[in-house]
Amino acid sequence: MKLKNIALGSALLMGATLAALPAQAADKVRIATEGAWAPFNYIDENGKPQGFDVDIAWALCEKMAADCEVVTQDWDGLIPGLKVRKFDAIIASMSITEERLRAVDFSNKYYSGGLRYLAPKGSNIDLNNLNGKVIGAQRATLAAQYLEDNLMSTAELKFYDTQDNVYLDLVAGRLDVVLSDELPTYDWLKTSGNGDKFEFKGEAFKKEDEIGIAVRKGDKLKDKFNKALDEILADGTYAEINAKYFPFSIY
Amino acid sequence: MDFSVVIEYFPRLLSGTWITLQLVVLSVVLGGIVALPIALARVSKNRWINSLPFAYIFFFRGTPLLVQIFLVYYGASQFEVVRESMFWPILREPYWCAVIAFTLNTSAYTAEIFRGAIQAIPRGEVEACMVVGMTKAQMYRRILLPRAFGIVLPAYGNEIILMLKGSALASTITLLDLTGMARTIIARTYTPIEIFLAAGAIYLAISIVVIYLFKLIEQRQNRYLGTLSIKVPDKG
Repeated sequence: MKLKNIALGSALLMGATLAALPAQAADKVRIATEGAWAPFNYIDENGKPQGFDVDIAWALCEKMAADCEVVTQDWDGLIPGLKVRKFDAIIASMSITEERLRAVDFSNKYYSGGLRYLAPKGSNIDLNNLNGKVIGAQRATLAAQYLEDNLMSTAELKFYDTQDNVYLDLVAGRLDVVLSDELPTYDWLKTSGNGDKFEFKGEAFKKEDEIGIAVRKGDKLKDKFNKALDEILADGTYAEINAKYFPFSIY
Repeated sequence: MDFSVVIEYFPRLLSGTWITLQLVVLSVVLGGIVALPIALARVSKNRWINSLPFAYIFFFRGTPLLVQIFLVYYGASQFEVVRESMFWPILREPYWCAVIAFTLNTSAYTAEIFRGAIQAIPRGEVEACMVVGMTKAQMYRRILLPRAFGIVLPAYGNEIILMLKGSALASTITLLDLTGMARTIIARTYTPIEIFLAAGAIYLAISIVVIYLFKLIEQRQNRYLGTLSIKVPDKG
């Protein structure tokens, strides 16, 4: 009798859980972002994704008159998730690279990046000779790829799941140097309270780095995004969002 | 599906496998050594002796391994005191942080398995030891621990396999173990299904070896029980 009750109870519970799942609307555009890349995308205290990428996403949706939903996904699961249709587009500060273009299509750029080294203030770092230095970057990013391609054999490279963990280990003293995108690091130096202990080293490079919206190969959504992108650039919406985060143009 | 990437990156997957094996063997051996005194203290009827191991086991079994790894790796390093202490050269390395977290975790589970085994020994055997006048130490050394070792084997083999799979969490603290290596390769090739399938197959192969080894040890250790513990009687 007791066993039967337990079985019945769990069946009811499962039914309730299933019923609670939202019905999937067919024509909804699901946009994925990472949520750990302030100020471009991060999770606010209410658990909602916020930031430059997310603002751009909503602005584009408005122009496309589409019903959108913004979801978050760990960085290295973004492209795999897009490919298996867990969502329809990635607006997560993703650089347009040759390797990625083999897996997905990209819209036109919606801002430009650039890599820059970060190290403790006053530390003696010769960027032309990083032999034996411990260098950190986020896994599956342009920075990680650059390090793998150029410093694999000479420096000790460490790759992290999120950029936040890279900063944590830099503060902890496990890393001599960090390579990351200039803009989010600019924000980190300004807002994390560590700006007095760390500084950029050298100038930004890879400035030709363009950030785009990733969609599945051959998806028509790409053209819609491009059209909406042109519209927000023309009518000043883009400049407004830009000014919210950076005092200079990042396009 | 393009399995040529698996062939291309197989050497790197193997070097990740080597790290995984090191982590598992080190933490299982160290964990076993730590677990024995904890288990013995845990079966004590004296509350002063058994409460500390109880709390230890309660904490490490009750919190996720991921949280424990993060606490050891990112948590400890946030304190200036830790960074300036003599332990920093060890705590600085993700490898040793993983070994420490895994050892603490598996020792709690193993201690509980040992305890269960010691308490599963039939009361009559304990009484028999007392009747022939053995001291407590003699009783544990000659009868209880060897007996418990035989009883513990199936559950202990299970714990090692759980540890093998748990070791994948080392990849979250920058270690290039099998999972970490697989993720790094995928970051390059964007072929998650192929690479993860290959990594899964390697984990499976290691598990099979562990299962087989334990079957052998079990047969040897429990042979005094006859074939009973090994053969499952036919249903027919």
